[in-house]
Amino acid sequence: MTQLETEISALKSELISMWILVQSQFNKAKEAMVQFDKDLAREVLVKEKRVNSFELKIDRDCENILALHCPVAIDLRFLLAALKINTNLERIGDIAAGIAMYVIESPVNFDLKALEKSQVLRMYEEAVNILMDTRTAFEKEDTILARSIFKRDDVLDKINIEAPEYIAAIIREDIENINESLYILSIIRKLERVGDQSMNIAEEIIFYVEAKILKHQESLNKE
Amino acid sequence: MENTIVKAENYNGYFGDNHVVKDVNISINKNEVIAVMGPSGCGKTTFLRGINRMHELIPGATSKGKILLDGENVYDMNAIYVRYKIGMVFQRPNPFPNLSIYENVVAGYMLNGLKVSKADKDVIVERSLTSAALWKEVKDSLHKKGTFLSGGQQQRLCIARAIAMQPELILFDEPTSALDPISTSSVEALFHELKANYTLIIVTHNMQQAARVSDRTAFFYMGELVEFDDTKQMFTNPADQRTQNYITGRFS
Repeated sequence: MTQLETEISALKSELISMWILVQSQFNKAKEAMVQFDKDLAREVLVKEKRVNSFELKIDRDCENILALHCPVAIDLRFLLAALKINTNLERIGDIAAGIAMYVIESPVNFDLKALEKSQVLRMYEEAVNILMDTRTAFEKEDTILARSIFKRDDVLDKINIEAPEYIAAIIREDIENINESLYILSIIRKLERVGDQSMNIAEEIIFYVEAKILKHQESLNKE
Repeated sequence: MENTIVKAENYNGYFGDNHVVKDVNISINKNEVIAVMGPSGCGKTTFLRGINRMHELIPGATSKGKILLDGENVYDMNAIYVRYKIGMVFQRPNPFPNLSIYENVVAGYMLNGLKVSKADKDVIVERSLTSAALWKEVKDSLHKKGTFLSGGQQQRLCIARAIAMQPELILFDEPTSALDPISTSSVEALFHELKANYTLIIVTHNMQQAARVSDRTAFFYMGELVEFDDTKQMFTNPADQRTQNYITGRFS
């Protein structure tokens, strides 16, 4: 194994570690939302600093490898993809912290029925699975799995579009739900962004493995 | 193609029974910078020396196939005339040690017995040294020996000597491998300027140099031309796995 291969392999492991942390943050934020557990939400906020440290470390490692090894071809594509995946993962970390912040700020408990009715639970589960599968696609360099993310993001987009209707229905049932409903709507908007970030990551995986650029193409053309 | 200056058609090079360049077909356009890369012994230098018929100077060396310069096979032309049309710069700067800078530049005319007036020589010397980005540095010491110059300056003097003959094509055989990074960078900058008037073929072991200076890159492996493509394409997404293995350092 050349020194460059060793460095790239270490960078890949580091990205996966960051991914695992971000997934854990995202799952904890969900748990905090469902259980309305403010302590767990605070834990997510504290650990957000670790996600940021990962981002800085990975950025610096990419810069060093580019400067010292002048990678080309698949190695260069990997590094360019790693830089962008790093940014996308950090943003997903921010989203998890944002959701945790809503749990801390909300004066009223989130009602489980409202979470179900608004489709936010279904959306969150799908987002968790998407995030997990993008990681698997990255680890296994599986571009078929990466491509499947584009279609699954449509599910999140659909719920996001329909959300105002569901939220309005919940508010109509009882005007007292208005605070809670607005928080739920904000969470839905954030989850929609997780879908977009995951799609960006999937595009980067395909770029790195197949040298194909799928950015700014309609989802139908991406297959 | 009208724009083609050099074309190899089924070119093969041999050292005795050793088949070192195998059936190479390549077409090079005017005013292009071509990098030729590949591991040691892959036949890249032999191919380069086949273009200006230097290869045949080595005892036991033979070749087959055609090298067309402006559509005419160089192997049907007078070898001296071929080298007159195709300049060459070597790995180590090799100015004639007993000649001055001035005499080095016009050495091609002197050695070929071509009569040139003093005034014309002055013009050739200034034009060639200016093209080789050396004029400003040496204009006040033209009659000093060329070997007084630094390595990078000597190499640019050799380039000026090649340019002086107004060749159609200049071949470079690892032209910066004996130079320090500063001299290398001045020679590389020169490639970009020379491109306006000449076609350059550069054999290099330095992949980053190939990436920096060339428009298209040829990758040779075990005597075969494996891939010849746009340099950007070659260094971002090469078509052949062997090219990828070589440029990423995964060659076993």
